Amino acid sequence: MLFHTLLFYVFATVLIGAALGVVFARNPVHSIMFLVLTFFQAAVLWLMAEAEFLAIVLVLVYVGAVMVLFLFVVMMLNVEVEAVKRGLVRYAPLAIVISLIMAVELVQLIWVRGAVTGASYGFAPNPEGYDNTKALGAVLYTEHVYAFEIAAVVLLLAIVAAITLTMRKRPGLKVQDIGKQVSVRAKDRVRIVKMKSESKS
Amino acid sequence: MIGLQHYLTLSAMLFVLSIAGIIVNRRNLILLLMCIELMLLAVNFNFIAFSRYLGDATGQIFVFFILTVAAAEAAIGLAILVVLFRNRRSISVQELNTMKG
Repeated sequence: MLFHTLLFYVFATVLIGAALGVVFARNPVHSIMFLVLTFFQAAVLWLMAEAEFLAIVLVLVYVGAVMVLFLFVVMMLNVEVEAVKRGLVRYAPLAIVISLIMAVELVQLIWVRGAVTGASYGFAPNPEGYDNTKALGAVLYTEHVYAFEIAAVVLLLAIVAAITLTMRKRPGLKVQDIGKQVSVRAKDRVRIVKMKSESKS
Repeated sequence: MIGLQHYLTLSAMLFVLSIAGIIVNRRNLILLLMCIELMLLAVNFNFIAFSRYLGDATGQIFVFFILTVAAAEAAIGLAILVVLFRNRRSISVQELNTMKG
């Protein structure tokens, strides 16, 4: 149990450090790398909270797909680093004050209120033979099936929106129009002209 | 013994840090999107911790849908970013003043 606690603090420290790296890194590519590290630590912490399915989904979907998309866009846009970072110093005091106030309020809410009510906030052990993936699947496709289908529609919408936004028509591009090619008739193209033969003179 | 309060504290720190990131990185739209992802991660931490504490799988289902919507949001946001960069040659938020009266 002590080892478990120690592991939690190690992963939590790395998580916060990586999140600091995301916010304060000079180079956007470094920020994305720190974000990958953050998501990975979060997945490990979710594993420790026995949410195994979502931990693996976080690694596969977020680190595998979304972060690679971010990296792709950042490398494609190639933003100059210095021009972007000029505002960092100017807003830093405001950011520090606001975040300190919020952090103090949230922590006192969590810990002081918890001490006042005196309830136990430990995690109860799961029952014997508990399977996280099975438990999620049992409710996902029965109780929440409409939400599941709406999520599928949202993803489809995202695909369509992303493609229509980034597709561009370039003028002067030599490209075939297949529809026009197929629908062409012989009488539109070939004109048969009847002529009298010329006489020798 | 690690319990609900440890996870909630961690999530609160992550959330506050991402708010600081949004205030600090007001010039770079990509970093703003990344800070929003961090915020959603903090929210998901809360859902996971409460789901484990209450022994109810619904919280994890909610995290599942948040992940879906966040992926769609990132895809559309990055597509808008690409179009913006193609038109303006910059992604600075402060230069987005075309609709200013």
